[in-house]
Amino acid sequence: MEYILIIISAIFVNNILLSQFMGICPFLGVSNKLSTAAGMSGAVCFVITLATLVTYLFQYYVLVPLEIEYMQTIAFILIIAALVQMVEIVLKKISPSLYQALGIFLPLITTNCAVLGVALMVVTNEFSYGGSEPHLLNLGESVVFAFATSLGFGLAMILFAGLREQIALNKVPKPFKGIPIALVTASILAMAFMGFSGLV
Amino acid sequence: MGKFQLITKGLVKENPTFVLLLGMCPTLATTTSAINGMSMGLATLFVLVLSNMAISATAPYIPDKVRIPAYIVIIAAFVTILQLVMQAFTPDIYETLGLFIPLIVVNCIVLGRAEAFANKNSVVDSACDGLGIGLGFTLALTILGLVREILGSGSAFGFKFISGDGILVFVLAPGAFMALAYLIVLFKKVTAKKGE
Repeated sequence: MEYILIIISAIFVNNILLSQFMGICPFLGVSNKLSTAAGMSGAVCFVITLATLVTYLFQYYVLVPLEIEYMQTIAFILIIAALVQMVEIVLKKISPSLYQALGIFLPLITTNCAVLGVALMVVTNEFSYGGSEPHLLNLGESVVFAFATSLGFGLAMILFAGLREQIALNKVPKPFKGIPIALVTASILAMAFMGFSGLV
Repeated sequence: MGKFQLITKGLVKENPTFVLLLGMCPTLATTTSAINGMSMGLATLFVLVLSNMAISATAPYIPDKVRIPAYIVIIAAFVTILQLVMQAFTPDIYETLGLFIPLIVVNCIVLGRAEAFANKNSVVDSACDGLGIGLGFTLALTILGLVREILGSGSAFGFKFISGDGILVFVLAPGAFMALAYLIVLFKKVTAKKGE
């Protein structure tokens, strides 16, 4: 039951883009076309889930026993950077077609705050679902949380790209061209997602 | 370019928020009030100046191929220092800004200045550049925070001037996007007029 609540909460209620503002750079940067938005979402999904798994294990089996939790930020960003590199190399070897689809987005992901944000969130924030006591997530919950969060990222990204494709066909007042109209659109999309608040 | 120009160009001409549109995540997330926006701006300023100086000083010794990971480690080190200092002296602000303090590591402004300016200029120039861009960022976040605070809760820098609530949506997520959109448009209009 709790897993279902985690998934609904991470995708709709606390959407990482529209209510927590992490990963806004790719959200505004590569959402001009539906296909690139989908590619970026796929790559982010892959990396967030993997990175959270590895950083979670690193936190509880290396940093905590050695009592060097203050090294968290440095350690996590290095792990993410190394992981992204590794994913790139492995993907190139085993699945060239997938690499072609996701390849160009992978280097951008190291500096996507959603990845570091989720990795830090699961080891520092306490969550409460369905009236349970606030608690830190365990390994299974963390991975599910990370995966669901990245699905939420993908959902917002793809909806937004669809909207922007339509806007590109319309006449926009000159000062609003480009980013400002995108931000106004994002604002309305965020309002729509506010309708989900209180669901969990 | 003189030192003074290096500092002032970050305020208007190369304002990181309104012109370059960098570092959007903290811009939107932490500007629920003017004070919060300003604290986030100053925290970024601190990291920006120090990392710019350190990167400028070490750039000749870092091999070109591993320069990006090296920059990230340098930036992460300063962010960790900032985290520890803020936890010790300003625990309230640290609590409010929360995750967005460690997330300065992945703020594109900091890495962007390292790559675009600090690695090919002197230490003093890099410090001035960091100061200018940092001040521009702080200014933008304070303005955005102030607008959202006035509209959203009817107060400015914590001083309430209307009774009751404001337009609550401006403190919430949709208001952040909306306020930033209109501020960018306003900024474009004003600076375009100046250019004519």
